Amino acid sequence: MLSFSQIASDVDQWLHKVCSPTWALVFEMVIIGVSVIGLFAVLGLVLVLMERRVAAWMQIRLGPNRVGPQGLLQSLADTLKLLVKEGMTPGGSDKFLFNLAPFIAMIAAMLLMAPIAFASNFQIWNINIGVLYVSAVSSLSVIGILMAGWASNNKYSLMGAMRSGAQIVSYELSAGLSILTIVVLSGNLGLNDIVLSQKDGWWIFKGHIPAIIAFIIFMIAVTAETNRAPFDLAEAESELTAGFHTEYSGMKFALFFLAEYINVFIVCAIGATLFLGGWMPFHIGNLEGFNHVMDYIPSSIWFFGKTFFLIFLIMWFRWTFPRLRIDQLLNLEWKYLLPISMFNIILVTVVAIMKWYF
Amino acid sequence: MFEEIGTTAEGDLQINVGPQHPATHGVLHLVLTLNGETIKKVEPHLGYIHRSIEKMCESLTYRQFSYVTSRMDYLSSHINNNACALIVEKGLQVDVPERAKVIRVIIDELTRIASHELWWGAMAMDLGAFTPFFHAFRERETINEIMEETCGARLTMNYIVPGGLMMDIHPNFQKKVKSFIQLFRSKFDEYNELVTGNIIFQNRMKGVGVLSPEDAISYGCTGPAARGSGVKCDIRKLYPYEIYDKVQFDEVLETGCDSFARYMVRLKEMLESIKIIEQLIDNIPEGEFQAKTKAVLKLPKGEFYQRVETARGELGVYIVSEGGTTPYRIKYRSPGFSNLSALDHMARGSKLGDLIAMMGTLDLVIPDIDR
Repeated sequence: MLSFSQIASDVDQWLHKVCSPTWALVFEMVIIGVSVIGLFAVLGLVLVLMERRVAAWMQIRLGPNRVGPQGLLQSLADTLKLLVKEGMTPGGSDKFLFNLAPFIAMIAAMLLMAPIAFASNFQIWNINIGVLYVSAVSSLSVIGILMAGWASNNKYSLMGAMRSGAQIVSYELSAGLSILTIVVLSGNLGLNDIVLSQKDGWWIFKGHIPAIIAFIIFMIAVTAETNRAPFDLAEAESELTAGFHTEYSGMKFALFFLAEYINVFIVCAIGATLFLGGWMPFHIGNLEGFNHVMDYIPSSIWFFGKTFFLIFLIMWFRWTFPRLRIDQLLNLEWKYLLPISMFNIILVTVVAIMKWYF
Repeated sequence: MFEEIGTTAEGDLQINVGPQHPATHGVLHLVLTLNGETIKKVEPHLGYIHRSIEKMCESLTYRQFSYVTSRMDYLSSHINNNACALIVEKGLQVDVPERAKVIRVIIDELTRIASHELWWGAMAMDLGAFTPFFHAFRERETINEIMEETCGARLTMNYIVPGGLMMDIHPNFQKKVKSFIQLFRSKFDEYNELVTGNIIFQNRMKGVGVLSPEDAISYGCTGPAARGSGVKCDIRKLYPYEIYDKVQFDEVLETGCDSFARYMVRLKEMLESIKIIEQLIDNIPEGEFQAKTKAVLKLPKGEFYQRVETARGELGVYIVSEGGTTPYRIKYRSPGFSNLSALDHMARGSKLGDLIAMMGTLDLVIPDIDR
């Protein structure tokens, strides 16, 4: 059967056959780099189109349906437009930081691709502290936003950046604590190991109430961390016009835009990995026939299906809820989510020690 | 660096909201003095869309000048026209046929619903929710179609003229209005489900932008902005014009004094308007749609004042006539201007995001403020 892991090992063997191990490694890195960038571009285009179609569906309209079949080429046309647009650098801005910021946001999003298990035995970097790596690197994106806000020399940008800073730093805590719940349950930090630990059932089913609480908190926290509505205070177009990227245009704006969508994909991928079993198929206890049918669906489809389901959830939030105010946002985190997460950690530790999970 | 981007002497951040800003719904310019996110002062700068409509009206005849008023508060253009028609009729002492009066009230109330629909969508958008806007426009579109069929225009509508109506209603009018009422009633629950009941929305609105009844009166607030503070100010009840004294409806009053109270007033007002239309739509009397008037209208020498209740509050028209074919002096008392003046008082001490919500609940239409 043709699977991603098969292709990967075939390419690896072929490269080792035709050249020395050092060069094989170099070529593999180039291939990985190119495919990550390719995945980036494709994901960006797909997610933008998906968001617009989902929004249109919720808003009783059609959405883009003119460019290409079913409007599939709409985001390509948008990208072309943004590519040929002038990339303005406003006067009075810190030019170096201003131009660097979108790349930092982008790099932070790109780095997060490394430990994600896309399919069975298909992972760029099987790092044994994957969860820790993800938590650490995802905080980097705030630097890009703060930099953009400060360097723009615009009061709206500055306020957006400050809001974003406060927001991401606080919600990081809840996201981290809810991730910890699964770490406690599975006893592993590597993302692939966590997936393997869900062979006989996903953590959201196995982990009892603490896993469900953790999942809900995780979804709220990552929505806030990726600056999406109802927590899109950093952009808040009715308040701050466009927040931290008010002054950006052309491709520099597109990089922020893309980074946002890639971040959404990555947090949803991590959510799917931790709570919904990653690439693990859906199994029910001893129903051999059912489990067998489920195994026939390729693991990559399971992974992307779950991820896109979570992405749809996040889009659903965005097109339903009004925005919170900055003090309400911080109250929600520090007064409600954080105490609940901490209590949840204790609960899950008890559950794990007593072996109450399935 | 802070020196460059503008601060006050006390070190507070000064920020320009507008004249081009997504939340001001036009060219309103607010200069905010901020301490972090907290508002210390709001200073509206007006005049960006001043077209000197009052001066223009002084050189137009009594038949012509009402057309300009559709461009003042473009969301209640029929009601503006109604005010102009009423003041000319008052001066000439014309008896308007009953049929025209009933149709005028129906059209006015449809305009009010359309205006409140747009306000509802736009206000939800100010709070960051996009979807309600489209849902509101779905129903508003039906009204626009009725208006288009009735008077030919969808935005700057002119239908009510001195003496009655410009033309008779379209044969489909009653049928379409009835189907609109049905549609509106079936969709109204969605509004509450989508926005009113939302916990985030309630937290954003309750206890925010408090305007006490005394302040509402002293700032001259009218319309839903004042009724949200419990001030009785509905011109349709206080000084009934047309046939408002013959129809059954309630003046919606809320005592919350906050943004949420003003929101609820407008939401309930839509239902009251529907109630008025339901009473009248089957009872449009037969007869002339226009009174016989002279070709050239000349108001007798003197001063005339007429007030009506637009979707935003009290619109007053004041005319000084020297007996000629054009007004000697004309002055409009627009509701938006007075309502805006209360914004500074309401906003002080609250957060930037709340200011946007307050502006939303005041339902500002900038051409109405500047004229």
